[in-house]
Amino acid sequence: MRLSYPTNIRIIKVPCTGRVAPIHIMRALEKGADGVFVAGCLEGDCHYQTGNLRAKKRVAYVQEILKSIGFEPERVAMYNLSAGMGPRFAEITMEMVEKIRLLGPNPIRLKGERKEKAA
Amino acid sequence: MIMAKAKPMDEIINEIKGFRKVLIAGCNGCVTVCEAGGMKEVELLASALRMFFMREGQEMEIGETSLTRQCDPEYNRELQESIRNYDAVVSLACGAGVQFLAEMYDNVPILPGVDTCFIGVTEEPGVWTERCQACGQCLLASTGGICPIARCSKRMANGPCGGSANGKCEVNKEIACGWQLIYDRLKQLGQLDRFEQPVDIKNWSTSRDGGPRKIIKEVSRQ
Repeated sequence: MRLSYPTNIRIIKVPCTGRVAPIHIMRALEKGADGVFVAGCLEGDCHYQTGNLRAKKRVAYVQEILKSIGFEPERVAMYNLSAGMGPRFAEITMEMVEKIRLLGPNPIRLKGERKEKAA
Repeated sequence: MIMAKAKPMDEIINEIKGFRKVLIAGCNGCVTVCEAGGMKEVELLASALRMFFMREGQEMEIGETSLTRQCDPEYNRELQESIRNYDAVVSLACGAGVQFLAEMYDNVPILPGVDTCFIGVTEEPGVWTERCQACGQCLLASTGGICPIARCSKRMANGPCGGSANGKCEVNKEIACGWQLIYDRLKQLGQLDRFEQPVDIKNWSTSRDGGPRKIIKEVSRQ
């Protein structure tokens, strides 16, 4: 399809979004990521039944944690799309990148103290 | 099992903001089961606190650990070396764990990271409910296995009271009437004659009214 999408995203593959724990999202932000989105299968289409629904709840949970420490919860998002929806993936990444650009860089990076050691 | 819930983030931030090196110490016992104080919660809290203080520009080193239990001295002793590197410890154990850690390390502030709530059960994943108030004299044999002290809002020994309606408690319509549950269960067991005789007034001296409690089992003492 030769679709183009923003080059400033890093894709981390997981077998199912049900594998994504809140700490994974938090560590990405702690290490300096400006935003994180979880791309799960369409609701009702999870091969493991409820992996994407679990991920959705965990994303909401991380948003609550971010709010509690004064960070914008919008830096984290959940999207649902199937493996066959390439154009939608490109669209989502552009949408997310644009949203994060409006929010500005991750506040902890602005302090110039990017956490290198966060494992 | 002892159930607890995380303290609000701002309360924890207030507890530690005057320090520079803080250890978050979880407990792998009860609080891990109710998802308030195990290693997963330690990691999340530590990560959130690091992000908060980094953004504030305040130097703050946050360590992470979780002990097998914080209510037994041998596990608390594991911190003997590492605790010296910290100005304070946020314990995610129940109130007993926080205090026991503080008794062992009396020159380091040990701060609570959770609110300890009750002795209860996991009804379903993510839902924990109260079952026991540790009154020190179990009544369950005569109440069909349902505790009137923990399940009745008024802790009545001879219930139900007049506030019971349609199986619900007057305190809150979400709460099942403990005595309705007892009645239904005794009926099922064919033991409704239990209601023919009121039970004696409960001796509360075995509960909190008798002051802090202690159990000694001679055979196990050293």
